[in-house]
Amino acid sequence: MAQLRGAVAIVGAADTPVGVVPHLSATQLCVDAARRALADAGIRKGQVDGIITCNSMAEPYMYHAEVIAEYLQIFPRYCIAAATGGGTTFTVLHHAAAAIATGMCNTVLITMADSLRSGLTREQAMLIQSSTGHSQFELPYGPTVPAFYALLARAHMAKYGTTEEQLAAVAVTCRQHAHLNPTAQMRDLITVEDVLNSRMIADPLHLLDCSLVSDGGSAVIVTSAERAHDFPHAPVYLLGVGEGHGHEHVSQARNLTASAAVESGQRAYEMAGLSPRDMDLAQLYDCFTPTVLIELEDLGFCAKGEGGPMIASGAIGLGGALPVNTHGGLLSHCHPGNPGAMFALTETVAQLRHAAGQRQVKDAQTALVHAQGGIMSSHTTIILGRERN
Amino acid sequence: MTDHSGKIMPHPTPETRPYWDACREGELMVQRCKDCGAHQFYPRMMCTSCDSNSVEWIRASGRGRVSSYTVVRRPVSKAYAAETPYIVALIQLEEGPTMMSNIVGCDPGAMEVGMSVEVLFEQWTDEVTVPKFRVTQPAQ
Repeated sequence: MAQLRGAVAIVGAADTPVGVVPHLSATQLCVDAARRALADAGIRKGQVDGIITCNSMAEPYMYHAEVIAEYLQIFPRYCIAAATGGGTTFTVLHHAAAAIATGMCNTVLITMADSLRSGLTREQAMLIQSSTGHSQFELPYGPTVPAFYALLARAHMAKYGTTEEQLAAVAVTCRQHAHLNPTAQMRDLITVEDVLNSRMIADPLHLLDCSLVSDGGSAVIVTSAERAHDFPHAPVYLLGVGEGHGHEHVSQARNLTASAAVESGQRAYEMAGLSPRDMDLAQLYDCFTPTVLIELEDLGFCAKGEGGPMIASGAIGLGGALPVNTHGGLLSHCHPGNPGAMFALTETVAQLRHAAGQRQVKDAQTALVHAQGGIMSSHTTIILGRERN
Repeated sequence: MTDHSGKIMPHPTPETRPYWDACREGELMVQRCKDCGAHQFYPRMMCTSCDSNSVEWIRASGRGRVSSYTVVRRPVSKAYAAETPYIVALIQLEEGPTMMSNIVGCDPGAMEVGMSVEVLFEQWTDEVTVPKFRVTQPAQ
């Protein structure tokens, strides 16, 4: 495992316009993101010999990565579409690193996009996403995706006294960050009261506790640390990575208030030789406000049960002890489904290049990024840094 | 009778058919390992505790405790609109395993984690009967 530490770096990163982008299909967004990342890395498409995508819901293909490679006329020696839901971004970054470290390929394009807002009706988007539930033992009862996560939030509230106000503070913080981000889909500042007064979707989650429904694409270029010096931007090195997988269906969860982020985090910290207090910022998966709270705890940024008070203290805002979701997150920047965490990755690259403008975390050296798929099911934690060692 | 057409219907497989057949008879079944005695749900071909191949169906008490719940205010599809808001809950059965179901006959505002519940059955079609739960005691 340790050989992945410092073995690869991100040398290109770019997003398409996000939010409501009706003039581009999901496939076009995926290709557009790829071309922007290639341009950021200053390379031509022929220099990519690995490609990883995730399937689109609005425009699915049986062989998604092959379709994108074919569209671009790239002829890679490593080509795969992966599906671990919202966690796909960091899972495939793990796989890309392994592929490069073992010589399967040299330079990987990871590109993902979807068109959930313009390419699907609201009911289609809800039904496709809720199909993460068990077809016989969950879905007949009518759970929505917010309902699945509401079950986790309610259990945490019952066990630890977490409040709706503390959850709302996650949404408020993300919006403050999006307010500073010209590319974000939702930029108007909100208050805790605004969140609590927004329509209840699935108790205790209000509309503003739920992430956006968006169009958008994002891509990165990953290569070996040795090659990484030949690119125009300073490399962002992978220092640690770990996965943890606890269940798929929420009714099978080992624990409703803690997740396999505990394992993924420990594995990533161990590889990096770093601890939570070494992180200058974190991007945590915020499909709904309670996931940020549970991840703060499970990744060791506070004690179990202390996520609510930590959030309410302002610690996760810019200028706080651990700025979280500096681009605005899925709650306010954009959430085109499974590609969602890609934007957290490209934002982290911008932060570690010290190119994040008004929302730059001062002198950021090391960042933790984490995402999960399913219903807090499939977790990957990655630690990135400006320095290889 | 409530119109259940358009809802997401369970489609039994050979592995799950005994469960759904029992629901039609008004019985809630879980699996028990003949070797180690562990209970499990959903049904599987082996015991997840000791890896034994010897699992059998037994009738569950039908009683359990709410480990979490939510009140769905925006239904997953039009077929669920008539009963919205509806309560989706995770119920830990007396035998140990947890299952998802709806709690019926309870004011959403009165729901609490820890409530005791018991099973009842709702017939959706001639083929499909779905287990749901009602509250029997407040949270302890």
